[in-house]
Amino acid sequence: MRIAIIVPAYNEEKAITAVVNDMNAVARDHGLDLNVVVINDCSKDSTSEVISTLDCIALNLPVNLGIGGAVQTGFKYAFENGYDFAIQADGDGQHPAAEIPKLVKTAKDLNADVVIGSRFLEKEGFQSSALRRFGINYFKKLNRMLVGVSINDSTSGFRLINKKVLEVVREYYPDEYPEPEAIILYSLLGFKIIEVPVTMKERQGGVSSIGGSSSVYYMFKVTLAIIYTFIRIRFRKKNNH
Amino acid sequence: MAKIQIIAIAVSLLFLLYIVRLIVKGKLREEYSIIWIACTLVLIVFSFWRNGLEVMAGIIGVYEAPNLVFTGAIFAIFIYLLHLSVVVSKLHSQNKQLAQEIALLKEKILKK
Repeated sequence: MRIAIIVPAYNEEKAITAVVNDMNAVARDHGLDLNVVVINDCSKDSTSEVISTLDCIALNLPVNLGIGGAVQTGFKYAFENGYDFAIQADGDGQHPAAEIPKLVKTAKDLNADVVIGSRFLEKEGFQSSALRRFGINYFKKLNRMLVGVSINDSTSGFRLINKKVLEVVREYYPDEYPEPEAIILYSLLGFKIIEVPVTMKERQGGVSSIGGSSSVYYMFKVTLAIIYTFIRIRFRKKNNH
Repeated sequence: MAKIQIIAIAVSLLFLLYIVRLIVKGKLREEYSIIWIACTLVLIVFSFWRNGLEVMAGIIGVYEAPNLVFTGAIFAIFIYLLHLSVVVSKLHSQNKQLAQEIALLKEKILKK
């Protein structure tokens, strides 16, 4: 079982070293065949130099693509190099490396295509702001309405996907705020999604991709994207049959 | 020929000349120039044919001829802006793919 940990990093010079080292330590402790793939999304700070000294695969994007484009670069790398699983984790240390074996074990034991590390199944650890929780609840309801799948934390960027899903996302993955939209895509394509509880920490450095005033734009944009994805996949399926 | 006609024709011709120059210099791709040349030709036709606008308005049923100009022009502008948005979206997607390929290739080269 070869596992790629995909870590998108934008101006994460302070946090990235600890993130990568933690992951490698966990891999050693649990005997996992794991490579950390850091995608430097054209950072303005010294992220590029920092990651070149770490025990990881460094992919440096020549222009800033945003989180979706950066993560997709990692998916492409994982697919082309024949990895069995790809785990997406943030570069700011929010997603603790110690939870990685849990995701892998769930994927193996329950034969899941997508495993989402969710912070809401158990009320433990960092629970994020009220506004974010409101957004998460909203997407939960939207998901249930459109595809009948109830995901508690559809904004979680801590998730595992297997080879079958990699083949899809290397071709198409949303650009901006990809997480909730990707869930709709996965459920419409019939992938088995399992959610597991994880404990998350507050970010150790860097700035969130979703900030105060842009929250409204975020909700609107993601809602539109979800509806478009829904229409596109449904329509395509009808044509194929 | 009225003074305003001469001015309109001269301006239209200068505009046409400028578009041709842009194409020749490679600053404007031919496919995007078609709409501009078409617009200029329409301007030239109506510069010569003074009653043309009134006639066209009469055919379509627009009472005030200038309204036809505004309606037509605004509609054309909206369509062209939409077309440009499509072009930008396509460029955006191609740019993303290229950037990703470069990152993957760079990694491959450095590994060797």
